[in-house]
Amino acid sequence: MIITTNDLTKKFGNFTAVDKLNIEIEEGEVFGLLGPNGAGKTTTISMLCTILKPTSGSAKVNGFDVSAQPSKVRSSIGIVFQEPSVDDLLTGRENLEIHAMLYKIPREVRKRRIGEVISLVGLEDRADDVTRVYSGGMRRRLELARGLMHHPKVLFLDEPTLGLDPQTREHIWDYIKKLSKEEEMTMVLTTHYMEEADMLCNRIAIMDAGKIVVLDNSTNLKKKVGGDIVVLKMDNPNLEKIRKLSFVTSAESKDGSVQIVIKDVDRNLQKLLCKVGRIKSVEVRPVTLNDVFIHYTGKEIRGGEEEGSYWDRIMRSEVNR
Amino acid sequence: MIDAEAVYAVWLREFKVYLREKERVISSFVSPILWLIVFGSGLGASVSLHGVSYQVFIYPGVLSMALLFTSVFYGIYIIWDRKLDFLKEVLVAPVSRSSIFVGKMLGGCTDAMMQSLILLVLGVLIGIPLTPATFIYSLLILFLTSVAMVSLGLVLGSNLTNQEAFNLVINFVIWPLFFFSGALFDVTTLPPWLSTITYLNPLTYGVDLLRGAILNVQVFPTYLDFSVLIVFSLVMMWLGTVSFGRMQQSK
Ligand SMILES: Nc1ncnc2c1ncn2[C@@H]1O[C@H](COP(=O)(O)OP(=O)(O)O)[C@@H](O)[C@H]1O
Ligand SMILES: [Mg+2]
Repeated sequence: MIITTNDLTKKFGNFTAVDKLNIEIEEGEVFGLLGPNGAGKTTTISMLCTILKPTSGSAKVNGFDVSAQPSKVRSSIGIVFQEPSVDDLLTGRENLEIHAMLYKIPREVRKRRIGEVISLVGLEDRADDVTRVYSGGMRRRLELARGLMHHPKVLFLDEPTLGLDPQTREHIWDYIKKLSKEEEMTMVLTTHYMEEADMLCNRIAIMDAGKIVVLDNSTNLKKKVGGDIVVLKMDNPNLEKIRKLSFVTSAESKDGSVQIVIKDVDRNLQKLLCKVGRIKSVEVRPVTLNDVFIHYTGKEIRGGEEEGSYWDRIMRSEVNR
Repeated sequence: MIDAEAVYAVWLREFKVYLREKERVISSFVSPILWLIVFGSGLGASVSLHGVSYQVFIYPGVLSMALLFTSVFYGIYIIWDRKLDFLKEVLVAPVSRSSIFVGKMLGGCTDAMMQSLILLVLGVLIGIPLTPATFIYSLLILFLTSVAMVSLGLVLGSNLTNQEAFNLVINFVIWPLFFFSGALFDVTTLPPWLSTITYLNPLTYGVDLLRGAILNVQVFPTYLDFSVLIVFSLVMMWLGTVSFGRMQQSK
């Protein structure tokens, strides 16, 4: 296990942001922390990378205790923070050069390594521009390059695509996939985008209100919901009756339609349609992680636009200066 | 404990940012020039102290004031650095906290020394009696004073968390340090209660040394001035390293 936590807890005053967390992460896996805003994902990562002290409990990263051996932990990890953290008055290359000095990358290999990561994230043409003129996606790629240029054992990615447009997001996903394949690096990523967790992670821990609700790989998580989803548009559905059917796991009505989780949809759809009476339309879709989240917490993971786009966050950081 | 390359990395970043923030460079020497012109020539035209005109007399004080403001402000700015910015990236790096502190501190001293250099050259132009030797000696004194003041600022900044605290520091630290330092007046002519306060202020000794260097008017022995500044700097650097070690990410 490259990361283990033992009742890891963080309180801010009376508020418990992370509540007795116990997770184990294997070497080489891409591990996801999926949860809504405020679930405690960033707080967890901050403790694992030694910039926030746990209130109680402990954690080990690469065999080192985060409280007792912080500098050993620091030399084992790389991190892409949730908030923008490149220096916008320095060029992309200068940002990387300073990083290389801080991580004691030997002078002889420094130039080559910087060149490698720059081309890995496709910033060759813009490496010598100050990052102030970069787009949000380019900054994120630079942060990614910086996080991995010292070849850490574990790379933490805190909301790697928060606030980026869909196209840029897919780009970043490609880089992350490429990295996990080529570098065999353990990655821990947080996100509140279900499709992101689904696409990138070997195992996913669903987090809510400081706790891990459930932890498994995407396929097993979806199985736990108990079937596929059938959405029926109809007036006055009889939920009681539907729920009594032997092959129905659950049924909820939601603005003019009924969402039903049904086992073995191929065989049972016909039966269902016979029993429910008049319907306007029917739609069958596979279970998503959002359904898993609803299944376990009773609420939805809402979109993250409350936190603002990458640009909003950059603007905020400049106003704050 | 102190890793030269990490110190250099942190300093280099500060220096590059300084050179590229033009507004900061410009504003850091415009206001002391205004001070010198308005205060020195207008208000004190007919006054003379220790046989020199008031404008010449307050010149070392204005240099010290500029240095004080640049240095302490630089230090407290890490309140913002802690939220975002480069500092978080430095704090997760595997380097000792003392290296980060020293790199950051030298960055602030560099800002302050650039400003001092410009003001010293300006001093020569307005007829302050500076020889090459006193010019260099003054730079040395200013450097030592800036080490003390930047360190003080960093200690404050790394222990505070919000903007209100920032305003408190300006009103209760920077202004008192300036007013009770003898920068604008002769400390020997003060009533005893006031001179006691000035004796407790480390900046007083920097101003005294500087006035000795430039105008040959010095109240304390040189060794005492230097000792106070050095001891104060060492204490602040120690406190600063401890504070950096405890420093956590803030929201
Ligand atoms: N420094 C802090 N002081 C007080 N509350 C905090 C602090 N950091 C985080 N919190 C609170 O802890 C909770 C979890 O935050 P966070 O870990 O950032 O969540 P996530 O990254 O999952 O969105 C939130 O309710 C947040 O407001
Ligand atoms: Mg977060």
